[in-house]
Amino acid sequence: MTQTASAHSALARYRSEPEAHPPLASPDYVSTRLRSPLRPPVPLPQRLTELTGPLLGEGRITDLDSDLTRQGEAEPLGQRILVQGQVRDDDGRPVPHALLEIWQANAAGRYAHLRDQWPAPLDPNFVGLGRTLTDADGRYRFTTIRPGAYPWGNHHNAWRPAHIHFSLFGRAFTQRLVTQMYFPDDVLIPYDPIALAVPEASRGRLVSSFSMADTQPNWALAYIFDIVLRGRDATPFEAPHEEDE
Amino acid sequence: MTTPSQTVGPFLAIALSWPDGPYVVQEGTPCAIWLRGRVLDGEGEPIVDALVETWQADPQGRFDHPDDPRGAVPGFRGFGRSETVDGEYAVLTVKPGRVPDERGGLQAPHLDVSVFARGLLDRVVTRIYFADEEQANREDDVLASLPDDAARATLLAQPSADGYRLDLVLQGADETVFFAV
Repeated sequence: MTQTASAHSALARYRSEPEAHPPLASPDYVSTRLRSPLRPPVPLPQRLTELTGPLLGEGRITDLDSDLTRQGEAEPLGQRILVQGQVRDDDGRPVPHALLEIWQANAAGRYAHLRDQWPAPLDPNFVGLGRTLTDADGRYRFTTIRPGAYPWGNHHNAWRPAHIHFSLFGRAFTQRLVTQMYFPDDVLIPYDPIALAVPEASRGRLVSSFSMADTQPNWALAYIFDIVLRGRDATPFEAPHEEDE
Repeated sequence: MTTPSQTVGPFLAIALSWPDGPYVVQEGTPCAIWLRGRVLDGEGEPIVDALVETWQADPQGRFDHPDDPRGAVPGFRGFGRSETVDGEYAVLTVKPGRVPDERGGLQAPHLDVSVFARGLLDRVVTRIYFADEEQANREDDVLASLPDDAARATLLAQPSADGYRLDLVLQGADETVFFAV
């Protein structure tokens, strides 16, 4: 047991950067008012359950899953775009073979979901679901259409800026992240309480950048969205000694 | 310079709903249990657009993961994912074994849990323990670090007809203990 414990303590912990994230209690986003815990969270030591996590995706993904324009009988309406980038940790190390799941509204700003009932047209050729695994260098690419903005009930004349939802597992339970990607120069971002809940210093990390260089001539515009997951402390990883077995 | 978190919003099911999501183990697995419960808001109302994810060791306390210094034990997915469309989450799994802490002791059987929902700008993290593991629970230093039995009780799933039940309360007097990990 002592040997297991020593190997265990050699595992590097994941650093946190709480100041980068939106506070759970952000009352301008009205749905937080009854859903954000009132008590401060209790520190949880990072142990094996927290330093491991689901490594999913192999066998779950096909090439078609990363092309949201090829999932219907015909192409969906809208501006065809590439959304690509690198997933890395806060130390700059790529996060390879990690599952990314995205979802989004169609070009008119309507989700293919029963509970989205605002009167914008559905597109029979657009589901708005994408999945892929990062490659060995942490890179990913989706082909999709640019989502539309849409109104919501948060306050009078509330509109969400165009965005794509991203879900990532990373390598460990501790690295799990769900976020949203926005588009550069979207005039609605300064009015959006969900984007504004993110501290100003880190808000820009949610805005993709346009890349002329990656744009595919005669085919699709390109946006770059790099995603940075939590890095690990400098403690070097030590392989377990034989006697640990 | 980590990427900030954002809410999953109300339409998470488009992408995060998997047919096999709730099945950490297949139906018919010996000793399988259903873990069930509601996710409640600050007025005690069930949340029907939340997502509960679970991560746990196998019954021997091992993980199928290369960062476990004891070595990876392949074959156990360890991961469950359930929406609360019908007002409850439900995950079919087996009780995890005890996992060492870093002090030479053993933690009580537990699952790490993430809750996502519209109105949650980041996931909240908690643990599910088992009320009928009294001895192991007494030895668990995470449980011991909580202020009182009432706080501990928010993490203890109670035996039920087909497994265990635990409501997750996001806000209020009976608020679940959430962790900063």
